Amino acid sequence: MIPELGHFALILALLVALVQGTLPLVGAAANSPRLMAMARPAARAQAVLVAFAFGCLAWSFVSNDFSVQNVAANSNSELPLQYRVAATWGSHEGSLLLWTLMLGGWSFAVSLFSRNLPLPLVARVLSVMGLISVGFLLFLLFTSNPFERLVPPAVEGNDLNPLLQDPGMVFHPPLLYMGYVGFSVAFAFALAALLGGRLDATWARWSRPWTTVAWSFLTIGIALGSGWAYYTLGWGGWWFWDPVENASFMPWLTGTALIHSLAVTEKRGAFRSWTVLLAILAFSLSLLGTFLVRSGVLTSVHAFATDPARGVFILAFLAVVIGGSLALFAWRAASVGLGAAFGVVSRESTLLGNNILLVVAMASVLLGTLYPLFLDALNLGKISVGPPYFDAVFYPLMAPAAFLMGVGPVARWSAAPLPELWTRLKWALGVALAGALILPLVLGRWSPLIAFGLFLALWIFASTAANLRQRLASTPRRGLLARLGANSPSYYGMLLAHLGVGVFVVGVTLVKGYEVERDVRLDVGDSVAVGNYDFRFLGVTPAPGPNYRALVGTVEVRKGAQLVETLKPEKRIYNASGQAMTIAAIDTGLRGDVYVSLGEPVGAGGSDDIAGAWSVRVYLKPFIDWIWGGALLMALGGFVAVSDRRYRLAVRRRATAFDAAAAPGAAD
Amino acid sequence: MKAARWSIPLAIFLVLLAFLWVGLGRDPREVPSPLIGKPAPAFSLPRLHEPAATLSNADLKGKVWLLNVWASWCVSCRTEHPVLMQLAASKRVPVYGLDYKDRPDAGRAWLAQNGNPYAASIVDLDGRVGIDYGVYGVPETFVIDKEGVVRYKQIGPLSEEAVQKTILPLVQELEK
Amino acid sequence: MTRSSLRVAHAVLLCSVAIAASAAKMDAPATDAALEARMKKLEGELRCLVCQNQTLADSNAELAGDLRREVRALAATGKSDDEIKAYLVARYGDFVLYNPPVKSTTWLLWGGPFALLVGGALLWVTIISRRERSVVTAPRDADAQARARARLEATDDTP
Repeated sequence: MIPELGHFALILALLVALVQGTLPLVGAAANSPRLMAMARPAARAQAVLVAFAFGCLAWSFVSNDFSVQNVAANSNSELPLQYRVAATWGSHEGSLLLWTLMLGGWSFAVSLFSRNLPLPLVARVLSVMGLISVGFLLFLLFTSNPFERLVPPAVEGNDLNPLLQDPGMVFHPPLLYMGYVGFSVAFAFALAALLGGRLDATWARWSRPWTTVAWSFLTIGIALGSGWAYYTLGWGGWWFWDPVENASFMPWLTGTALIHSLAVTEKRGAFRSWTVLLAILAFSLSLLGTFLVRSGVLTSVHAFATDPARGVFILAFLAVVIGGSLALFAWRAASVGLGAAFGVVSRESTLLGNNILLVVAMASVLLGTLYPLFLDALNLGKISVGPPYFDAVFYPLMAPAAFLMGVGPVARWSAAPLPELWTRLKWALGVALAGALILPLVLGRWSPLIAFGLFLALWIFASTAANLRQRLASTPRRGLLARLGANSPSYYGMLLAHLGVGVFVVGVTLVKGYEVERDVRLDVGDSVAVGNYDFRFLGVTPAPGPNYRALVGTVEVRKGAQLVETLKPEKRIYNASGQAMTIAAIDTGLRGDVYVSLGEPVGAGGSDDIAGAWSVRVYLKPFIDWIWGGALLMALGGFVAVSDRRYRLAVRRRATAFDAAAAPGAAD
Repeated sequence: MKAARWSIPLAIFLVLLAFLWVGLGRDPREVPSPLIGKPAPAFSLPRLHEPAATLSNADLKGKVWLLNVWASWCVSCRTEHPVLMQLAASKRVPVYGLDYKDRPDAGRAWLAQNGNPYAASIVDLDGRVGIDYGVYGVPETFVIDKEGVVRYKQIGPLSEEAVQKTILPLVQELEK
Repeated sequence: MTRSSLRVAHAVLLCSVAIAASAAKMDAPATDAALEARMKKLEGELRCLVCQNQTLADSNAELAGDLRREVRALAATGKSDDEIKAYLVARYGDFVLYNPPVKSTTWLLWGGPFALLVGGALLWVTIISRRERSVVTAPRDADAQARARARLEATDDTP
């Protein structure tokens, strides 16, 4: 009964979304307040219906309803509760329903937090989002119905893939989708601006918080995915440039360019059509990512089971949404006008540089990801494009961007005199250079790459500190707290986010520079020295789990004579599927991780001799948690920035004054 | 002229769309063989049914033949086995089997149980010959011509259609 | 299920088990630590043909183990990294290299990012120089400039 209710709710949601996607748009064009007013209730109703459908599917999982095909294929009665819930989005159909749920959620949020926006804009934004919902609901109902029944019902389910039975599965997809789908709001705002023909600083101020929040969620989602892969896959890697990783990274790069471009549009009225294009691009890349993962055109660890019909459907959807929005852009962008003038060295020019570098990086990642497909389609053979290519291309592009990160916040709008920049930044430059030369020696080994990476990170830290110091000094207020209070949350958000980037760069540089990996054969009682540590293997003992049988190893980690930690890596066999999994044991610390995982029994008795020698893999990963710590700081910065009052007040008065004060749009 | 540059993103997208459309019809997992048109890698391996004797590729020069990579542990091989049996019965082209990374007694038992379509089978215990032939997934089938040059590689189980539409016409062509 | 999708499903199953089991089967490490490091690096640049989303270093597939054995045997006879790669490419094609070779079909791949960067730099220069002209032609009225400057200073300088 419940699955049928869920199915029915989806059908109703489709109908409501059709209304949401059409009538308010017509109303905005025809200036009919009655039609436009339908946007909010329709969006809310659609969101509620999709939420209900999602709840029905989740209930089917939680209650072990194996008469639903999706539940039978992806769950099991022994599966712990949190993973039964996570299994709801563990399949293509379920994750698509999660996508649609997120879209409904964002639409609901826009309908709530848009009181100070003009009705035609709200109507258009919600309509565009409604049309996207229509696409996803059609996709669900016609090709990917999560509520398909299994007749006769299965006695027991196939179990969720053991790799996914992890807290990562509970958090990573929802947070990632919050970001992915959240860019649809910026997208909708962009289309609404093109349709309405009005694109000014106020439009940018309205778009910014939505975009920044989506970006922050995407940052967290990607970081979680990376961290999860690190501790679950057993080889200590945290980024593989896998097509699906790239599919989430490209919207992130574009989103980062977008939030910076929005800053210029809001503050200076410049980069308008460019900002609109970025907004369209960011969400288009989200959709492209969805296509790549679910159509089978690229191989990936993440790829869902594919089906040609689904691939064709999504491609058609892409053609309509992306093609349509880019066509609209081609038609209307010219009339949107361009903004104020600015000098060669100015905050605008550094932000332009930032944008260009980020977009070139995104395009390079896109090129590398799709190149094998290009060649194959042209019958020019099959190649592979992997980490060696992406590393070679990406880091050199990001280095100048990291450098600009120090200059931009310090530069004035419109014109930033070079002598002033030099005065403000020379100390930071000195600190960065000195640190880059000295620190690697302190840490163990000097190499040009490590030094360069540290230079960039220290440059970001020092220039950020210089910026803050200068801001605090220039305010007329007295007392540290008062001075701090003179700056807005959006300023501190920026500082935090940039610091996060610096922290991230430290992590990447030091891990890549100093990590150590050793595979060793250890008998019970044997030790091996790796780095400053001593690892003593004390054998393996069996232990049962909720839905698996485990073999738990014991490894004592010592520094000198002192016992630092006892690590317990595991090998699990899951009952339902018989699949084996390696669970690494990691000692996490601010200065780095010690990572141990079990290989195979290599004792005299063969592969069943668990009491004998085992092959053990030991990793030392210095400062690796700074990678994810940096990402979380970036996201935190985003959230802090959004808490700025100016996004919440109906700043109509200031808006009109500012628009009048903005330089008349110079012809470009 | 001014409108032209605003259309650039759309133009780029349409090109991308075309590639993605073509891509939908391709299999990204399939690895084409670089051996097509090149001499078949040399081998000299013990025969499955007469371990003391060997068969080498030099013995097979002068005729067109198929090399079918199989194993008793290979599940997909069962789906192509009837096709092979039919091909063998038609005596159209000799099929030689490469028993890949298999225990010889298991291989013999499998053939005894399911039928033996091969003119002869050879045993590749450690898979080295398989690697030379670029085998990455069993079953795979090669068409080799009179001069010992590889002309075609079938990745995956042979289907009746593949045999009728691709392999037999090619064999006929090569026998001229 | 079609034949090719059966094969794909089989490979996916094999590889997800392999990934889950992870920590690639420990081959006996080379006695020479430097050789071991070189092997690890080389294997990290090669693609597993079975579990196609893992490197040869990380894959648990049986063919990966066989290929690692081959690679190390070749290294032991003194072959260079390039020769070992050529050996594998002769058998499996360019697909086996995660670092795509530079040849006529990959000029666009390797040259693309650089060309994009150059294009981006040109775009930057073009936009800046156009804007600067506008700045230069802005009103030279000192009074207006002073007022404008005052407004700029007073305006919220936040990001």
